[in-house]
Amino acid sequence: MKIKNLFYAKDDKFDITLSAKIVNTTLILIIGIIFWNYAFNRLNYESQGLSVFLEFKYKFIFGFFITIMISIFSLICSLIIGSLLAMGQKSRFLPLHYFTKIFIETIRGTPLIVQIYLFFYVVGTALNINNRYIMGVLIMATFSGAYVAEIIRGGIDSIDKTQIESAKALGFTNFQKYRYIILPQVIKRVMPPLAGQFASLIKDSSLLSIIAVNEFTKNVQEVDSITFTPIENYAVLALGYILLTYPISHLSKKLEKRFSYGD
Amino acid sequence: MEINISNLNKKYGDQIVLNNLELNIKGVHSLVIIGPSGGGKSTLLRILAGLEIPENGDITINNKNLSFNEVDLHNYRKTIGVVFQAFNLFPHLSAINNITLPLEKVHKIKKSEANLRAKTLLDRFHLEEHSHKYPSQLSGGQQQRVAIARAVALDSQFLLLDEPTSALDPALTSEVLDSILELKKEKKDLILVTHEMGFAKNVADFILFIDGGKILESGEAATIFSDPQTPELKEFLGKTLKY
Repeated sequence: MKIKNLFYAKDDKFDITLSAKIVNTTLILIIGIIFWNYAFNRLNYESQGLSVFLEFKYKFIFGFFITIMISIFSLICSLIIGSLLAMGQKSRFLPLHYFTKIFIETIRGTPLIVQIYLFFYVVGTALNINNRYIMGVLIMATFSGAYVAEIIRGGIDSIDKTQIESAKALGFTNFQKYRYIILPQVIKRVMPPLAGQFASLIKDSSLLSIIAVNEFTKNVQEVDSITFTPIENYAVLALGYILLTYPISHLSKKLEKRFSYGD
Repeated sequence: MEINISNLNKKYGDQIVLNNLELNIKGVHSLVIIGPSGGGKSTLLRILAGLEIPENGDITINNKNLSFNEVDLHNYRKTIGVVFQAFNLFPHLSAINNITLPLEKVHKIKKSEANLRAKTLLDRFHLEEHSHKYPSQLSGGQQQRVAIARAVALDSQFLLLDEPTSALDPALTSEVLDSILELKKEKKDLILVTHEMGFAKNVADFILFIDGGKILESGEAATIFSDPQTPELKEFLGKTLKY
């Protein structure tokens, strides 16, 4: 095998051989390690290594577990909220149509941190929901749901108009049209942007630490206030989030293939 | 098929597309509509397909009055087959499933029977080896033939074909026209809008020439083409047959 084949893809289809995969990934990892090693050495930082992690293992793992639970529930709720909002946007009943429009624009146009404070201290108090975890999940689901709604709406709008017309001409009811024609195609098209949105949702849940939801970031911050070893602690934090987000993008690619048809 | 239309009007905004259109035909199997673009022929077809609602007018097809209330229109659409210019097929379904889905879901036909019907039709249109391919794996001509097979499978009272070859190159056009000619031989009732004058001559029992929202001339193919009366038809035929 020529050296060139190791470093250049044959064409833009990217059918890459296993050896090329290993060589290139390793190369990039080594460059990364060299870069960070250099940067840290310039810092004169006394590394504690893994000792902090081992000492406070319980807190790291507990926070990680809470983040997983919050993410799973927020993810499910945001799909439901997003679908409902998308349906509202498609509704010909104008008050509902405008409610969803304004709601989505407001959520997408304001910082999550404002929404967390507002929902938790104002809406939560008004509705008498004191549980931080329930409020946390609801806030994340609402925030993410607005984005999910736009993704779903975009997916529906991307279906060719002639198909809608064909479905109508063939005598499909409105429900059948969505069930058999639109949704199967939309699911495939929204898979990649949804995966991106869910990865964001997991990372954004770190902001719930400001209302003292005892999740991953909060636990790491607490450990840090004891040990004063930010680099070790935040490295664990970064690693933890990658462990959660990478499988999502991987799974989305798999599902995308499963839903593909003829192309 | 028997069609009676009186006083049919359709506007898009300020633009009048159909202007007091009248039509009375009886005992015609294949009706072909010709005319310049923007003259109203596709609009007439879409109204007959139940996809467009006219401002006013009366339409009776095979002695049944066409009601423009949405529920009646929905039921009416189930009784006819429509083929559009392009992109008729659902891209997420294979050729055979494109045919069976409406049979099973709209017409509540059993899966086994729907499959049998689809297979028979795919054979008839020489598409048997393509039955499990997706639309993106078929040529434009094959896609249109599957769309025609799907419309035929519905066992409809008649077929409406809206310029079914206008998006195809000449080589693919002929295979689609062959399929339509096949239907004519079986005396399947059909209404076809087309720009292919030679084909119109071959397939039509009766021809309508529509321009300016009205039927300016109508009659049997032989007379229409050999002896046009109105200056509009003379000019139209002159242009289309020039090259």
